[in-house]
Amino acid sequence: MNEIWTYLSENQATVLDALQQHVVLAVLPLLIGVAVALPVGYLGVRYGWLYHPLLNVSGLVYSIPSLAVFVALPYVLGTKILSPVNIVVALALYTVALMARTVADGLRSVDPTLTEAATAMGYKRTRRLLEVELPLAAPVILAGVRVAAVSNISLVSVGALLGVGGLGALFTRGFQLFYTAPIIVGIVLSIALAGIADLLIVLFQRAVTPWARAVKGA
Amino acid sequence: MDGTPYLLDGANWAWSSSGSIPHLLLAHLGYTGLSVLVGFLIAFPVGLLIGHTGKGSFIAINAGNAGRSLPTLGLLSLLVVYMSSQGFLPVLIALVVLVIPPILTSTYAGLRTVDPNAVDAARGMGMSSTQVLFRVELPMALPVVFGGVRAAVLQVVATATVAAYVGLSGLGRLLVDGLALNDYGRMVAGAVVVAALAVVLDLLLGLVQRYVVSPGITGRGLSRARGTRSVAESGTVPEPELVTSKGSS
Amino acid sequence: MNRRNLLGLALVGSLTATLAACGGGDDPLATDSTPAAGGSADAKTIIVGSANFPESELLAEMYSQVLEAKGVTVQRKFNIGARELYLKALDDGSIDLLPEYNGALLAYYLKGDAPQGVSSPETVLDALKKEIPSGLEVLDQSAAEDKDSLSVTSETKSKYNLTSIADLAPVAKDLTIGAGPEFQERYQGLKGLQELYGVEFGTFRPLDAGGPLTVAALKDGSIQVGNIFTTDSSIETNKFVVLEDPKNLFLAQNVLPLIRSSKNNSTVTEALNAFSAKLTTESLTKYLAQVQVDKKTSAAVAKDFLSANGLV
Repeated sequence: MNEIWTYLSENQATVLDALQQHVVLAVLPLLIGVAVALPVGYLGVRYGWLYHPLLNVSGLVYSIPSLAVFVALPYVLGTKILSPVNIVVALALYTVALMARTVADGLRSVDPTLTEAATAMGYKRTRRLLEVELPLAAPVILAGVRVAAVSNISLVSVGALLGVGGLGALFTRGFQLFYTAPIIVGIVLSIALAGIADLLIVLFQRAVTPWARAVKGA
Repeated sequence: MDGTPYLLDGANWAWSSSGSIPHLLLAHLGYTGLSVLVGFLIAFPVGLLIGHTGKGSFIAINAGNAGRSLPTLGLLSLLVVYMSSQGFLPVLIALVVLVIPPILTSTYAGLRTVDPNAVDAARGMGMSSTQVLFRVELPMALPVVFGGVRAAVLQVVATATVAAYVGLSGLGRLLVDGLALNDYGRMVAGAVVVAALAVVLDLLLGLVQRYVVSPGITGRGLSRARGTRSVAESGTVPEPELVTSKGSS
Repeated sequence: MNRRNLLGLALVGSLTATLAACGGGDDPLATDSTPAAGGSADAKTIIVGSANFPESELLAEMYSQVLEAKGVTVQRKFNIGARELYLKALDDGSIDLLPEYNGALLAYYLKGDAPQGVSSPETVLDALKKEIPSGLEVLDQSAAEDKDSLSVTSETKSKYNLTSIADLAPVAKDLTIGAGPEFQERYQGLKGLQELYGVEFGTFRPLDAGGPLTVAALKDGSIQVGNIFTTDSSIETNKFVVLEDPKNLFLAQNVLPLIRSSKNNSTVTEALNAFSAKLTTESLTKYLAQVQVDKKTSAAVAKDFLSANGLV
C-alpha cells in the first residue's frame, strides 16, 4: 500500500494525463459508434434481408484483434502512425459492430401491437420510430451501450503498445520496471471509470424510460 | 509489402517450422479451450445455484459488467509481475476472468426465463428440487446458456492474443512480432486467422447447440427469451451476443 | 418533456461539457490533426519521442529538459515501440527527435548487410552519417555507450566455460536464447551471430528486448542466454555475466540524438551537444538504476543529472 501512495504522490501528473486521455479515447468512439449504429441497426430491421448479413459482418469485425486494427488504420485512413485518431476510429468500429445488432434486436423486440396502434393514431414512419419504437427499445439498446462503454474503456489500454493508450501507459511502465504500483493504480482507475460510465448510463435509462418504473411499482 | 503476403506464403504454413501458423493456431486453440473449460467449471455451477434458488442474483447480474471492466492487459501485467512467472498461469487466470461473466450471467438469465408453469408442473409431479433443476429448468435454459458459452469463446479467441505479449505462443505472436518488425503482412495474417478462427468456432458451436438443445424447447424458449423487456431491464441480458445467438439458432 | 427526461438530458449534457472542459486545455486529439506543416501548431515545437524501454525514456526526458532550459517548447511522446515503429513515426513527422545508438542505427540503415570495417565509435559515426536518409541528421555523439549483450547466469558460465560469444559456438544448439522479436531478423541479432561467430541457437524465444521478461526467464532458467543491455541494473543485481564480443558484432553503441533536419537549429544543436559531452557510461548506468531499482520518475532523475552537470 505504501508503495502505491509513494507512486501516486510522485506521479500525479502522469496519472492524470493518462486518465484524461483514456476518457476521451473511450467516450468519443462510444458516441460516434452509437450514432452510426442507430441508423445501421434500423436498416437491419427495415430491410429484413439485411439482418443476418449484418450479424455476420458485425461478429467478424468484433473478432479482429484490436492491435491489428490500430496498426492497419494509418494505411487505410492516411493518418500518422501514432495518431489517436486511429484508436478512436478503431473503437468506433467495434462499438458499431457491437451495437448494430443490439439496436436491430431492440427494435425487433418492440411489441407489434404498439406500433400498429401508433400507426392507427396517425404516426408516420419517422415519428413512429423516434417517438414510439426507439423509446420502447431503449432498455435493450442501452444495455448494449453499457457493454460497449465498458468494452471501449478496456480496449483503450491496448493502444499503450503504440504509446497512445491512456491508462495503458501505466501498465507498460509497471511491466518494464517490474513495479506493481502503477499497474494497480491503472487497473483501479479503469474499473472506477467503467463503473461510473455504467452508472451514468443506468441513470440515463431511468430518466428516459419513466414508464418502466411505473410498471414495476404496480 | 514485397513478395508474397505472409498469409499466403507456403513456408509459413509448414508444419515442420515451430513458429509457423499451424503451430501458433494449435497453441491458440489450446489456450482458448483450457480457459473456457476452467471458467465454465467455475461459473456454471454458481450460475445454476443462483438461478435455481433465486438468491444472490445481484452477483449474477453484475458479474457481467464487473468482469468486463477489468482491463485484460492490466490484469495480465499485474499477474506476471506479481507472480514473477514465465508460464501460462498468469494468462490462464486473466482469460478465465473473461470467461466467467458471460457464462455466469447467461446461466442465471436462462434459468430465470424458464416458464414458471413448467416448474410448477414438475413439482406437482413430485420431482425433487435437483430433479426439477436438471430435468426441467436446465434443458429449457440451454439456448441462453449456450449463447453465453459462445460469447465467452468469441471473447477468449480474440483476447488469447495477449499470451504473446508475455512471450508465449498463439496467434498473438504474429501480431506482436509483426509490430516489432514493422511487418504489416504478418499482422494482417494474424488478424485474418484470428477472425477466421472465431467465425469457424462460432459456427461449430451453433451446430452443437442445434443438436444438444431439445427440439421441443427451441420454439418456446426463443420467443420468450429474446429481448423481452423485463429480462433486458433487469440487466441480465447485457450481451448482444446472447440476444443474437438466440435469434440465429 | 417531463422533469425526468430533462434530468436524463442534463446528465448527458453535463458529462459532455465536463469532458470538453477537461479536454479543452490539453486535447490529445489536437496534437496530431494539424495540417501538413508536420508536427504541431507551433512550427518551433519539438516533439521528443522514445523507444519502449526505460533508458530510452530517461534519455528522451533529459533531451526534453535540456531543450526546455533553453526556451524551446517541447512535447513528449514516449514509449512508442521498437526501432522499426518509432523510425516510422519520425518519418511521418509524429516525432522530431529521439535518442539513438550509433551502431544499432547504422545496422538498421544497412538493412541486414554487415557494416564493413567499422568498430570504433568514430568510424561507426562516419559510416552512419553516410547512410542516413536525407531529412534526418545526427548530432554529436556522447561517450556513453549502451550495448546489446549476450548475458548468462554465473552458473551457465561455469557449466560451459564461457567468456566470450565465440565460446558459445559448440554448445549453442543445446541452448535457448531470449530476446525481443526483432532480434531474429536483425544483423545485430541471430543473423550476425551465425555469420560472424558461427553461433546457432537451438531455440529462440521472443520476449522483450532486454526487458523484465528476458531477465526473469534468464533467472529461472527457461532461457540460458539473454539479450540484455549493458547499462541495465539487472546485470548487477542478478550477477549476470556479459559475454565478450571480440569480433565487435554489436559495434560501438554511443548515445546520440537523431533529429529531423527541419526542426534543427543552432539552439537545439548547442544544447544537445553540450548534453552529449557530459554523458558518460557510468553516469548513465548510475542514473538508470535510480529509475529501475529505486523506481524514481524519469523526470526527477533527469533533473538530478542535469543540475549536477550544470545543464539546466
